[in-house]
Amino acid sequence: PPAHSHSDWIGPPDKHSNLRPVIFYVPPEESPLERRLREARQEAQACNQRFWARHNCAFRQEKEEFIYSRLKAKGLEMRDGTGQKATLNAEEMADFYKDFLSKNFRKHMQYNRDWYKRNFTITFLMGQVALVRALRWLRWKKKNLE
Amino acid sequence: GLFVWRLKGAGTRHLPCHLLHLCRAPKGRLITFQYFNFLKRMYVTQYNKDLSQRAKPKADPVVSPFHELLDQEKKVIHKISPVSPVHQPWPETSRRNELRHVKSPAESEASAAAVRAEPREDRQWKEMKLRLDELPGILARLSKIKLTALVVSTASAGFAMAPVPFDLPCFLLASLGTGLASCAANSINQFFEVPFDSNMNRTKNRPLVRGQISPLLAVCFAASCGVPGIALLTLGVNPLTGALGAFNIFLYTCCYTPMKRMSIANTWVGAVVGAIPPVMGWTAATGSLDAGALLLGGILYSWQFPHFNALSWGLREDYSRGGYCMMSVTHPGLCRRVALRHCLALIGLSVVAPVLDVTTWTFPVISLPINLYISYLGFRFYRDADRSSSRKLFFCSLWHLPMLLLVMFTCKKSVLDKEDKGDLLGKGESHGRAMEMRLP
Repeated sequence: PPAHSHSDWIGPPDKHSNLRPVIFYVPPEESPLERRLREARQEAQACNQRFWARHNCAFRQEKEEFIYSRLKAKGLEMRDGTGQKATLNAEEMADFYKDFLSKNFRKHMQYNRDWYKRNFTITFLMGQVALVRALRWLRWKKKNLE
Repeated sequence: GLFVWRLKGAGTRHLPCHLLHLCRAPKGRLITFQYFNFLKRMYVTQYNKDLSQRAKPKADPVVSPFHELLDQEKKVIHKISPVSPVHQPWPETSRRNELRHVKSPAESEASAAAVRAEPREDRQWKEMKLRLDELPGILARLSKIKLTALVVSTASAGFAMAPVPFDLPCFLLASLGTGLASCAANSINQFFEVPFDSNMNRTKNRPLVRGQISPLLAVCFAASCGVPGIALLTLGVNPLTGALGAFNIFLYTCCYTPMKRMSIANTWVGAVVGAIPPVMGWTAATGSLDAGALLLGGILYSWQFPHFNALSWGLREDYSRGGYCMMSVTHPGLCRRVALRHCLALIGLSVVAPVLDVTTWTFPVISLPINLYISYLGFRFYRDADRSSSRKLFFCSLWHLPMLLLVMFTCKKSVLDKEDKGDLLGKGESHGRAMEMRLP
């Protein structure tokens, strides 16, 4: 993002986590409240990124392993005669999806609780910051009119 | 300047013609013009992609439209993906019609260009600043406006089927209130689901995911739609409708949305969310919760299952990875059984309609063909359990509901008929009594 910009910038989705990274703008006269908000957002972003990158990579890896083991059981290779990657049909994959979901259930529960808490905190802080800024602007306006 | 060079480096074909304009324009406007063009293209793509949104219950079961994509199937998949996984009470009747109307040759060319431009656009860094000219589009997407429109139409169907003389102001107030409540519920749903939406193909282009709007603004928008919406229903229509609206918002945002990640029971909760709007329409007209209201709610409730279960069949991978507990992933047999069961229930409910004096006896007769057809597709889905049968069932459900409601309305038992019958009976009785008095 350009150096002169005064706002946050959001980028393309990350390859592993599919989340869009945000580069936060740090204003020169950042109040403690604004700093708390920015840090909360940065922390949430880092936490989300860690979770989803790890989770998605695990999914991809386990999926590959599953396909490999199933193909081996059927006596096929990973790539058939024409060099195309062999895949299993949706019904066979269904077992994997079910298994993966139940294995990661507890992990998701914890993540959900964590995410909801963070989301509410961040939004509440945003509200506070917006309120403070609005009051400051009103005071400035009043001063200008006098 | 820097920004322009960066884009040129990306080598997009579309840029050169715009760059000329950019260079001529004053420096301050450089970025906005660029964005405006991208946004235009984005909007066109979005519009085409959004066409297949599923009706979502106020909250949307989101339902979800999400799936394993192959490039050739991209176009068709778009139809399925926009749907929210949530059971949304909103029927998606006009979606496909809209798609047909919209795809004029000029637009399809623009959309093709837009589709090419979109992925490129997606790979760029964007300033997180709220642009007022984009705001209507963003809010429309945030509130899932198409789904909301479908929800409002089910509520209107409920209103129309109520056995009272048609009251236009009440109808308009009820529709507006329901629409606002639906916008609020959908916005809160998107607010809760940002990281999950980013990971699913169907929902990864939502405004909050893309950072086009801040979470605070989304919540404020939801509040500014929900509070007036419910107030309008409570004060302008009647308290019962308002209470149902508020309850539905609560059910969608606080029960359905979190439950999607906890247990497969979310599907049933979502079906209730979908069933409430027509009940609201009925209570708006009559002021009370009659058997007819519950019947209409029951029809919408049963419809949600073939609709959602068929949709979720193609999205199993995304659901599994995203951590969503859906029947199609964990209990596939149950998923198909329930879908078939409820297709058959629709036939049963259509027969109950004349018994409750909601419609005449022509209704079960005329609706039998479409109900049998969807039941047949439900049976095929149950037996075959593959992608093609699930898609057929899903697309059938999209036109089945509006057609059923339309037939129901045309077979509605006229209020006058009932009054006449009452009069005749009264006259007959008094006549009989008069005869009796003379006899002895």
